[in-house]
Amino acid sequence: MSSAPAIEAARLLDLYEQMAVIRRTEKAVYDLFLAGLVKGTTHLASGQEAIAVGASAALRPDDYVFATYRGHHHAMARGASPQACLAELMQKATGLCKAKGGSMHLTYAAGNMLGSYAIVGAHLPMAVGTAWSARLRGTEQVSVAFFGDGATNIGAFHEALNLAAVWKLPVIFVCENNLYMEYTPIGAVTAADHPAADRAPAYRLPAQVVDGNDVVAVHDAMAAAALRAREGEGPTVIEAETYRHYGHSRTDPATYRPAEEVERWLKHDPLDVARARLEALGVTPDAIGKVDDRASAQVAEAVAEAKAAPPADIAEAFTDVWADGGSAWRT
Amino acid sequence: MASVKADAGTISYREAVAEGIAREMRRDPAVVCLGEDIGAAGGVFKTTAGLFAEFGPQRIWDTPISEQAIVGAAMGAAMTGIRPVAEIMFSDFLACCWDYLANEIPKVRYMTGGQVTVPLVIRTANGGGLGFGAQHSQAVENWALTIPGLKIAAPSTPADVIGLMASAIRSDDPVVFFEHKGLFASKGLLPPEGHLVELGKAAVVREGTDVTLVALAYTVPIALAAAERLAAKGISTEVVDLRCLIPMDMTTVLASVAKTSRLVTVEENPHQAGWGATVVSVVVDEGFQLLDAPVRRVASANVPLPFADALEDEVMPTVDKVVAAAESVANF
Ligand SMILES: Cc1ncc(C[n+]2csc(CCOP(=O)(O)OP(=O)(O)O)c2C)c(N)n1
Ligand SMILES: [Mg+2]
Repeated sequence: MSSAPAIEAARLLDLYEQMAVIRRTEKAVYDLFLAGLVKGTTHLASGQEAIAVGASAALRPDDYVFATYRGHHHAMARGASPQACLAELMQKATGLCKAKGGSMHLTYAAGNMLGSYAIVGAHLPMAVGTAWSARLRGTEQVSVAFFGDGATNIGAFHEALNLAAVWKLPVIFVCENNLYMEYTPIGAVTAADHPAADRAPAYRLPAQVVDGNDVVAVHDAMAAAALRAREGEGPTVIEAETYRHYGHSRTDPATYRPAEEVERWLKHDPLDVARARLEALGVTPDAIGKVDDRASAQVAEAVAEAKAAPPADIAEAFTDVWADGGSAWRT
Repeated sequence: MASVKADAGTISYREAVAEGIAREMRRDPAVVCLGEDIGAAGGVFKTTAGLFAEFGPQRIWDTPISEQAIVGAAMGAAMTGIRPVAEIMFSDFLACCWDYLANEIPKVRYMTGGQVTVPLVIRTANGGGLGFGAQHSQAVENWALTIPGLKIAAPSTPADVIGLMASAIRSDDPVVFFEHKGLFASKGLLPPEGHLVELGKAAVVREGTDVTLVALAYTVPIALAAAERLAAKGISTEVVDLRCLIPMDMTTVLASVAKTSRLVTVEENPHQAGWGATVVSVVVDEGFQLLDAPVRRVASANVPLPFADALEDEVMPTVDKVVAAAESVANF
């Protein structure tokens, strides 16, 4: 694969800040959930920030992104504000989806982040479709589907890879392999060591396994895959190895994960990895600390704004079914 | 050319499918088709015959046997400026991509707060009467009716195929378009260019004063044949072709019942949770005072579709069954 130009210190500091904001937003969601201000369920992406931020940094603003129910990081990496995301989770009228989507369906179409989907694997064919559309319209846009390791065992994954391969479409399949489905280790139920990357050759697709906790590694792999896609060379599979810091959802304590495994991964935190890279590029701990403080202040303000926002408008229950804005089913 | 090999002024239902699609493809370059064997082969029912020759492989796409990828890709394309027309060969196979019809396509606009719109058509060959057996014969229009967020068209004539196809493709909402296998060979008038039938507008296809038959697709000719027989018995029958299940034109149904005071639905889907149950529930709720007799539903029996002709006839709606039901309410 062709190599991307190295990321400079200022750019990396910006990516670090994006990750820091996402990390703090996820922590806020966790706390708000415990406080009863976020209801239903949430699937936090703490620990997986580098995948969203590194990938987005390698994409054009008009490229298409699809995520799963664990998708807060992708919405924010594509430009959704922490307060709009938090407001959505807190059932506020100012929420990203007018409080009709919730945590599992964060969508930011203004950033071509075309949705978070909670039926495992369902969005992979959609990303094939947006890539097909880009081809038909001649726009050189790339489509990206982010999905979990668990999604590699569902039919839609295989149908999507095959169709994308035979039509040679500009789509990038990014598996966020966090080693677990809900509670079962992916290795226990998958006849492949690398659930996504090992399947790719069967569809004659190139695959790359990357350190999903290294924002630079993710960026570089994505940049190469996007270039390949834009040049008409077709799809790429990227398997980004990572780990979630919280349980699967809500307050799952994740006791099924061995302590030494958790410890090993916590030591390989994507923010620490980025910080080490920044320091190696000569950025001072002081400068990084300033960014951390700014991220904390931004998220604290976002929490306050979301809390103060008006509740969901009841009338919205009957809007947005049809393109005319309404929901009439009969005359 | 995808055009009509029919005699001057007439066209078959089968040819009307391709003609309806072709008219929209000529009008709007954003319309593209995808499905299994729809290209050079012209479709297993020849309902896309001629499209590949006229529009080529950039607009008529043959797919693998991947129902989820077909409908999922159509959905993605629809989000981004394309108007895909996806074919699912037999409507029974909708079950293989049901997630997209049940969870993805109808919900995406709502759950994104209106951010994502999916103007697409899913066409499929529906229904029985041809001895295809249990897995290629079911009338499944009621499956789609269980799902808020899908529009549903099921034409009964070639002109309606063309007119409803135009509306379905131009609609910014997702439309499931049921083409009836038992009607493909039937012929009718070729409508002029620009012919449009608005979604959700039923047609009164025979006027009468004693009893209303509400029918859809394949059951429209059954209801019309029954009306002829009932006329001979002195019963004046009005036949409403519902044309679409969503939007459901209850205005036309209620107006007809106001005239006749008697209602029979003629459905091909199974009786259990068939569309007639919804029609009847609205009529008894809002038009109870209009009724002079109990309502009856003629629908397929609650069994899988059997293979043998005689068995299929036994479980599907027939002219005899409709005549009997209409007589029973007329003589109540
Ligand atoms: C089709 C389907 N089956 C099952 C579920 C329930 N479920 C939700 S998340 C999940 C685990 C998915 O694991 P993975 O793909 O690895 O993603 P992760 O949660 O680890 O990000 C399951 C089984 C679902 N949402 N959809
Ligand atoms: Mg996982």
